[in-house]
Amino acid sequence: MNALLIRDLKLAFRAGGGFGLGLAFFLLVAVLVPLGVGPEGGILARIAPGILWVGALLACLLSLDRIFALDFEDGSLDLLATAPLPLEGAVAMKAFAHWLVTGLALTILSPVLAVLLNLPAQGYPWLVLSLVVGTPALSVIGAFGAALTVGVRRGGLLLSLLVLPLYVPTLIFGAEVVRRGAEGAATGVPLALLAAITTGSAALLPFAAAAAIRVNLR
Amino acid sequence: MELVISDLAVSRGGLVVLEGMSFTLSPGEALILRGSNGVGKTTLLRTVAGLQPPAAGHVSAPPESLAYASHADGLKSALTVTENLAFWAAVHGLGRDRLEQALEAMDLMRLRERRAAQLSAGQKRRLGLARMLVTGRPVWLLDEPTVSLDQQSVGLFARVVRGHLAAGGSALIATHIDLGLSEARVLELDPFRAEARPSVAAGFDDPFAEAIA
Repeated sequence: MNALLIRDLKLAFRAGGGFGLGLAFFLLVAVLVPLGVGPEGGILARIAPGILWVGALLACLLSLDRIFALDFEDGSLDLLATAPLPLEGAVAMKAFAHWLVTGLALTILSPVLAVLLNLPAQGYPWLVLSLVVGTPALSVIGAFGAALTVGVRRGGLLLSLLVLPLYVPTLIFGAEVVRRGAEGAATGVPLALLAAITTGSAALLPFAAAAAIRVNLR
Repeated sequence: MELVISDLAVSRGGLVVLEGMSFTLSPGEALILRGSNGVGKTTLLRTVAGLQPPAAGHVSAPPESLAYASHADGLKSALTVTENLAFWAAVHGLGRDRLEQALEAMDLMRLRERRAAQLSAGQKRRLGLARMLVTGRPVWLLDEPTVSLDQQSVGLFARVVRGHLAAGGSALIATHIDLGLSEARVLELDPFRAEARPSVAAGFDDPFAEAIA
């Protein structure tokens, strides 16, 4: 399992691995929104939680189809399916690797971008916390979507259509945590719901994704 | 580890392509599958490997005894030869010494630090076959293993297969060319060709329902 994690991380960081693409996209969103909305601090501060969460979500979506499609094309997925490693474990590991190179990296970058969007100072810890708790759900749900579309050529758009509706609850509660945090209100309920989505999907979706891959490999 | 195929029928895209096959592959034996294009060699190997369910009949061999090599080599072009092979060795729980032996056996020592992207088609194929050696599994299922190999590499590969058989392994090989494995049995697949008709499974064609069941 560790070997798979290390391989996926190596592949992500080497040339053509796509690490940095999502981060650059996240950065562009955060730079472009103030240019489009105008310099008025009040409006920016109000929309900052939503923009940051939407940006993180779209950046995450960019690299989803790489999770299984590349392994499918070069035949590794067949070999992984016949390897001693349970496919469910392989799915969980690949989703974890995806989270490390997108979700975690976005979380670390987010406070810098929050400055550009004029997020109130007390919202920063909540932004980081909500992203740490919420982005794993994005990777796991995305891995499930990628598993469903693995045999489909140019399945990227179909994958987005499948996955984006499933991201809605994560987005709502994630942005709500930041908004309440920035206003100094209690954040317990949306944070608990966000954590529930992450743990629930991390517990169940690897099994669904592995079943989908087995069907797609036939 | 004995591989027993009994009354097996395999289907591709919902159509049964081969049926009524029964054979046994004992330790130390190699069986060469021959047949015209599209007869179902790949489908048969994928079914035996457990990647797709049989349309009828049984494959009885523990899944952890089977190692499958498809047309695609499963290599990552951004990783070096050693890294590619070390990954599969780690997945199968084998150590560094087996890796070195596999590199040696397929004549890849000189290329070990080369990225897979920079290998020729034949060198990639050799690396793909070296992977079989780091699976540590007794029954090899090889689909056209000699594609893009030159005469010398085919000889190298035949030696590796002989070594595997001598160590108590067995191999099921789909190939068109003569590997020089004189001791191997040959199974012609054309007589088992099925008439074109939908497989039984197509009657209730809901793969997700089957997967859950």
